[in-house]
Amino acid sequence: MAPPIATTPPVLQGPSAKEKKYDRQLRLWGANGQQALESSHILLLNSGAGVVGVETLKNLVLPGTGTFTIVDEAVVCEEDLGVNFFLEQSSLGKSRGEECCRLLLELNPEVKGFHIQKTIADFVKRSDLSQYTLIILVAPVGSLDVASEVSQIAWDLRQPLIYVHSVGFYSHTSVQLPPSFPIVDTHPDPPSTQDLRLLQPWSELLAYAKTQTADLEAFSDHDHGHVPWILLLLHYLEKWKESHNGEFSVRDDKKAFREFVGSHARTDNAEGGEENYDEALTAANRALTLPTIPSDLKSLLLEEECQIPRNSSANFWLIVNAISTFIKKHSLLPLPGTVPDMKSQSKDYIALQSLYRQKSQQDISEVTSNVRALEHALNRHIPIPDAEISAFCKNAAFVKLIHGRKLIINPLKHGWNDNSITTIIEHTTTMNFVSGKPSLFPILIALYGFDSAIAAAASVRPESNNLLAAASASPGFFTLMETYIRDVFGKLDSTSEDLDEALQHTLNIAREIQRSGPGELHNISSLTGGMIAQEVIKIITKQYVPVDNCLVFDGIESASAVYRL
Amino acid sequence: METDSMNSTTIPERMNIDRTRWSYLDCVLKKGGPFTDPEAVFGDGVISRIESAKILVIGAGGLGCEILKNLALSGFKDIHVIDMDTIDVSNLNRQFLFRESDVGKSKAECAAAFVERRVKGVKITPYNCKIQDKDESFYSQFSLVVSGLDSIEARRWINAMLVDMVDAEDPESLKPIIDGGTEGFKGQARVILPTISACYECQLDMHVPRQAVPLCTLATIPRQPQHCIEWAHIIAWEEHRKGTVLDTDDPEHVTWLYQKALTRAEEFNIIGVTYSLTQGVVKNIIPAIASTNAIIAASCSNEALKIMTGCNPFMDNYMQYSGDSGIYTYTFNFAKKDDCPVCGNLARDMQVNPKLTLEDFIASLSERAESQLKKPSIRKAGKSLYMQFPASLEEQTRPNLMKKMSELVEDGEEIAVADAALSIPFRYIIRYS
Repeated sequence: MAPPIATTPPVLQGPSAKEKKYDRQLRLWGANGQQALESSHILLLNSGAGVVGVETLKNLVLPGTGTFTIVDEAVVCEEDLGVNFFLEQSSLGKSRGEECCRLLLELNPEVKGFHIQKTIADFVKRSDLSQYTLIILVAPVGSLDVASEVSQIAWDLRQPLIYVHSVGFYSHTSVQLPPSFPIVDTHPDPPSTQDLRLLQPWSELLAYAKTQTADLEAFSDHDHGHVPWILLLLHYLEKWKESHNGEFSVRDDKKAFREFVGSHARTDNAEGGEENYDEALTAANRALTLPTIPSDLKSLLLEEECQIPRNSSANFWLIVNAISTFIKKHSLLPLPGTVPDMKSQSKDYIALQSLYRQKSQQDISEVTSNVRALEHALNRHIPIPDAEISAFCKNAAFVKLIHGRKLIINPLKHGWNDNSITTIIEHTTTMNFVSGKPSLFPILIALYGFDSAIAAAASVRPESNNLLAAASASPGFFTLMETYIRDVFGKLDSTSEDLDEALQHTLNIAREIQRSGPGELHNISSLTGGMIAQEVIKIITKQYVPVDNCLVFDGIESASAVYRL
Repeated sequence: METDSMNSTTIPERMNIDRTRWSYLDCVLKKGGPFTDPEAVFGDGVISRIESAKILVIGAGGLGCEILKNLALSGFKDIHVIDMDTIDVSNLNRQFLFRESDVGKSKAECAAAFVERRVKGVKITPYNCKIQDKDESFYSQFSLVVSGLDSIEARRWINAMLVDMVDAEDPESLKPIIDGGTEGFKGQARVILPTISACYECQLDMHVPRQAVPLCTLATIPRQPQHCIEWAHIIAWEEHRKGTVLDTDDPEHVTWLYQKALTRAEEFNIIGVTYSLTQGVVKNIIPAIASTNAIIAASCSNEALKIMTGCNPFMDNYMQYSGDSGIYTYTFNFAKKDDCPVCGNLARDMQVNPKLTLEDFIASLSERAESQLKKPSIRKAGKSLYMQFPASLEEQTRPNLMKKMSELVEDGEEIAVADAALSIPFRYIIRYS
């Protein structure tokens, strides 16, 4: 028997409990991003005071990252309680990883957490790192060889690795991505995503504009004031061409053309002007540009894997190849198909919108058949989902490929070779041209000096399980940093005055590092933990664009800079 | 860890207090560094200053929770927090001091109790009320205010209050404001020294108000799913459920709006109305995540620590942060404006179309980036042009609403605009365009 027909619709077709809890983030990365986050497993290799890593995990546990594991050899001491929020009085004397893990898990019952009380060296030697989605390595590791080993393992496994320092008022975050890290869903700002093809309209659009604006002059004030600006611009472009030998020059004619359009707006009506014409004039500058293939995409098309995709290539490369075929044929990208809101009657706007949508669908179909042909040729049996091809086509102008690079753990040993010296000198001496403040790159050099000094201190007292205490007890700690820094500048051919100034500045940064303990300050670690968590989320969801590849933060100036090393 | 506390001048009763817990922090409080002011004095004086300072945190939400944790771990001991909100389930993805069992409780009280429990020796006093419920005598007890608010209106109110409180004769009357805000992967932190550096009002045009959709679009020519939702929200509700106060937290109410909007969208062939979008539009939801809050809150707390102790120079005075594409920050000095309606002393020019009626002019004040006033009253020298209150004056001045601006105000004449949300009137010189 059929159930009785409800007279009022049911109340609760609203969101699920999980959707409610995660509402504010689902609006950023959607169900797909959330799914990726929930199936990930983050490994934290902790050292030092260990706050920055734990603050990072806080920001990952809250949004529902599936699983985390903390490797930390330390036992909670009194000093930890003044800087780490995820420890309490009763944690004293217990395993720090275990206590942090327990208090972090209170934040989100859906997350799983594990802890292992071992040295990083010991853990790395005996564990299979392939089970983790991403690794966070916190400096100072003590032995630079161990840090290099982690970097090598992650590199070989094609696994993202984040290497971080938080010392006093400074922090540094390096991101080691696999050699090829493509992102489709880059979330460009809405104003930059418009591609309306006004200067290269397809025939249906042009025909539609013609019929809609044929009697424009005869329209009533109401109708005249409701013609969508896209149609107005197309109409006046045709008129313009009639009186300009069939030509419109983007470079020379824009200003005069805008005046030409403006002169047709009616001003003798009740409002003393027309909103749709105002919109047309505002939009003209951006809308009247020839569609181009962005340089990022162009270089993608030149990649070997795009030109000669293999059976085992990622879906990404097959789609890029299919789009490349599309571009060769049309000299245009597939149409994204979105239309901004504009003053017009509902039905006219909807009609215009569906015209763009249809064209976009048509382009997507063509790319899809290119993909299918390629799949056939490569003998691939699992077809790439339509939705993936469609999403790619709609964002084709903004897809990004990051070429990951291996971390530089000790630039004096491996890293800054003769080829990169010029770049390094530039980084070191170039003032911030906006603020007129010194470069932040010397902070990085000083932090390398800090690592080297810690490593030296650790080799003197290998039995100590608190490297920082060992370091501060070592009277020559600043001298060790200074020696390293002077060695770096020695490599940089320090005859220039700028470099000498940078050297003095770098030594001052080393003094500031020495002054801070050298230990962590909660605010700087919390801030850096926020930045690292953003990077982790971007990498795991493959949305937005991660840092490529070295970020320095200065908590004195409250400024940051990104370097590609 | 080694400290040199015993060598510097010490206040006798502090001698026996064990500071081992604060070893990391004490490193930067007990001695200066290469970038600190050479005149600054470090040591126990600084430590007792930070421990005795009364500091006010406005907001116990995404930023507030982080700020309370950070200040407690920066050595502050007498923290006060004010927030009128109760905890909602959608807060739990970032407001890490709250648990599912706290839903419905006061944010200020819950957050204060949690941090007090976790960090030994800190006292946090909660106020479960609006900032507007407190007056000058309340705000004058603090040395510094850190705000993590989500409303422009509340920020303008506290800014105007703290600027107004400055007495040139009394240095204690100047309370630095450190303000943070976030949206998605982006945010900003700023330091305001009322009457000395740019105040919130000087920077108001950094936050361009969202253009309101004209009522006639909603009523007759909707084109976007948002238009259908706004129609249900503003027009349909009034028509069908007059008398019931719309509660955007009530799922039945939101479902009703969603279904009305959906029906209207189908009528006009508009696609894209969803429950989630309905909720987003009617509640004006701004995406918010733990990581961005952590960044901005920590930046604010870092500035608070530097200002209170001089352990390093503080930010001058504005940092923009964006994590959408890589990480990008832009730190700059936002110049104070002489014609700022709150902290400046000059009236500001305002370009106006002389044909505009006073009513349309008043409506435009809510959309203009530099004014953003919702219910303003307008006066000029010796004459009220339109007063929202009291009712008798409203009635007397109402006929002016239909008049053209050019009939009421001369080109170059000064007007005063007062709004209930602000404690002082704004001054503008009308320039006809």
